[in-house]
Amino acid sequence: MSDKKTQRVLVAKPGLDGHDRGAKVVARALRDAGMEVIYLGLHQTPEQIVQAAIDEDVDVVGLSILSGAHMTAFPKVVEMLRERGASDIKVIGGGIIPEEDVAELESKGVAKLFTPGTTTSEIVDFVRSL
Amino acid sequence: MDKEKFDSERSRWLEESYPESEERDDKFVTVSSEPVGPLYGPGDIEGLDYERDLGFPGEFPYTRGVRPNMYRGRFWTMRQFAGFGTAAETNARYKFLLEHGQTGLSVAFDMPTIMGRDSDDPMSEGEVGRCGVAIDSAVDMQRLFDGIPLNKITTSMTTNAPASILLAFYLVTGERQGAGFDEMGGTIQNDILKEYIAQKSWIFPPRPSLRIITDIMRFCAAEVPRWNTISISGYHIREAGSTAAQELAFTLADGIAYVQAGVEAGMDVDDFAPRLSFFFNSHIDFFEEIAKYRAARRIWARVMKERFAAKNEESLLLRFHTQTAGCSLTAPQPENNIVRTAYEGLAAVLGGTQSLHTNSMDEVLALPSEKAAEIALRTQQVIAYETGVPNTIDPLAGSYFVEYMTDRLEREALDYFDEIEAEGGVLEAIDKGYFQRRIADAAYRYQMEIERGERVIVGVNRFAHEDEAIDIELMKIDPSVERDQVASLGKVRTGRDSSKVETARAELRRCAEGTDNLMPAIIECSRAHMTQGEIVEVMKDVFGEYKERPIY
Repeated sequence: MSDKKTQRVLVAKPGLDGHDRGAKVVARALRDAGMEVIYLGLHQTPEQIVQAAIDEDVDVVGLSILSGAHMTAFPKVVEMLRERGASDIKVIGGGIIPEEDVAELESKGVAKLFTPGTTTSEIVDFVRSL
Repeated sequence: MDKEKFDSERSRWLEESYPESEERDDKFVTVSSEPVGPLYGPGDIEGLDYERDLGFPGEFPYTRGVRPNMYRGRFWTMRQFAGFGTAAETNARYKFLLEHGQTGLSVAFDMPTIMGRDSDDPMSEGEVGRCGVAIDSAVDMQRLFDGIPLNKITTSMTTNAPASILLAFYLVTGERQGAGFDEMGGTIQNDILKEYIAQKSWIFPPRPSLRIITDIMRFCAAEVPRWNTISISGYHIREAGSTAAQELAFTLADGIAYVQAGVEAGMDVDDFAPRLSFFFNSHIDFFEEIAKYRAARRIWARVMKERFAAKNEESLLLRFHTQTAGCSLTAPQPENNIVRTAYEGLAAVLGGTQSLHTNSMDEVLALPSEKAAEIALRTQQVIAYETGVPNTIDPLAGSYFVEYMTDRLEREALDYFDEIEAEGGVLEAIDKGYFQRRIADAAYRYQMEIERGERVIVGVNRFAHEDEAIDIELMKIDPSVERDQVASLGKVRTGRDSSKVETARAELRRCAEGTDNLMPAIIECSRAHMTQGEIVEVMKDVFGEYKERPIY
């Protein structure tokens, strides 16, 4: 790790739900693990997230949704990053996501999905491995 | 035994008899990370005056309960929160629950409805009918309650920023069933302050939001006297990660802010305070939760009497709904959640709740399946009909530990009140991110305690199965729900009288720009089948939109 530059991570909540406990805990854990974290906050459109990811030149985008809208919002962010020539930015996601949706989202280019019960150290380790 | 004697005797006992070196843990704390000692006794409740601090049920300061007979008269209302997909699907679930002995309804709306957006709004894509039912206009509300008489059943609606609009849809629905406004009873959550603090489902900035709330309180006091106009909620504060003391303190501070706003708007406190109710979480730490409810009643009664000089006894009563803690549930081994929920429900009953929602075991994975929802309701029925717990009132009173915890939580809450005051009051404290930061800190500490293994979560960081496959049936929302709802909304828009819509819209704008009560205008908009999004647009135009400064 030591010869690698500090990773930059954008954490955002797409969609309409306001349950930001998880996103904020993850943002803080990534920061405490030495990463640079930009927390974009709530109610972000995929357009806003992708724009911020490019402007901030991040390595990873972390998305969180707890309202069940993940099948719409997550692939959209992946797709729009690709369209903007930024497919090197990896997308990870978390929330209440059923198993079959996890498989489908991963096949659509989301690098990894984290569901309830995940520890922050698992997320930190995964981001470091990217 | 007096305090000094007890304290010295306890020290002696700890030294001579208590084997501290054999303790199974190096620290014992509540779920709020507060220390718990090995033994409580008379010295821990010294100064507790039965008459002043506990009293009798139904009598000041109501520590032992708000009604003289509590559950010996009738049980708490078993009110399971439900909603998904379209209004017709949710209507069927309501009828199922009512047939199985549920005694009140509680509506879960989807995110667009909660945020005041129509189903065809671009921001609603993928969200329609997902985590609740989609309601765009009074037409949907009529479908939701088809065949359910609104003058017979009471309904709680979890709506905040657009609560005025959903209340109007409900009243128009009742009116069309032939019920008078004065015959309809229920609750709107309508607690916008905790949205800025914790749940984050806001639309307008705080000050115009408080104006809308005082309009609702005034309108209902005159026209809908059985309506609970605000359900002042700690539930979401706790779910966002707060401690028990923070939940208690921040919720009551919000309550005080609403009463203050009503008084400042020129209302008599006794005209609206009796219709304020509360909504608390029941987390897994059994005694801490019971103490929290008891402390809440005592603090509220004293504040209302001493600070606001309320004269009507009903103004002093902290009546509350409880929901078991969603955040205590685990995705691994979901069946264990039935057990957690049962203990949490029992704590709520021992704490004297007026109504209760017990979570379904699968809520950490999806919306409740019918089977899981039935088990959750049965859990309450077992507490009510089998355990014997509701047969006597406040049975834990006098327990050294419970009384000590009640006092401690009360003291902690009063300290938080001072801190909030020092920040300049609730609105200022929201602007400064005071609450948000306190809650985020507590949430992070809790998560780290789990990850360090200091806090055991059964089936997660202890007693876990390798490669567990979850084999309970989960409810799925068909993507066709969104298409159907958008199509149905289109029909509402084309099928209505547009001149009535324009008249209602103009009147709403006039009221919003001036000081006339908004409710009659919103009801007129609802009768004209204006959609929620259209009504919100007019109000946003006048009141503006709230933006949060994100902190973590």
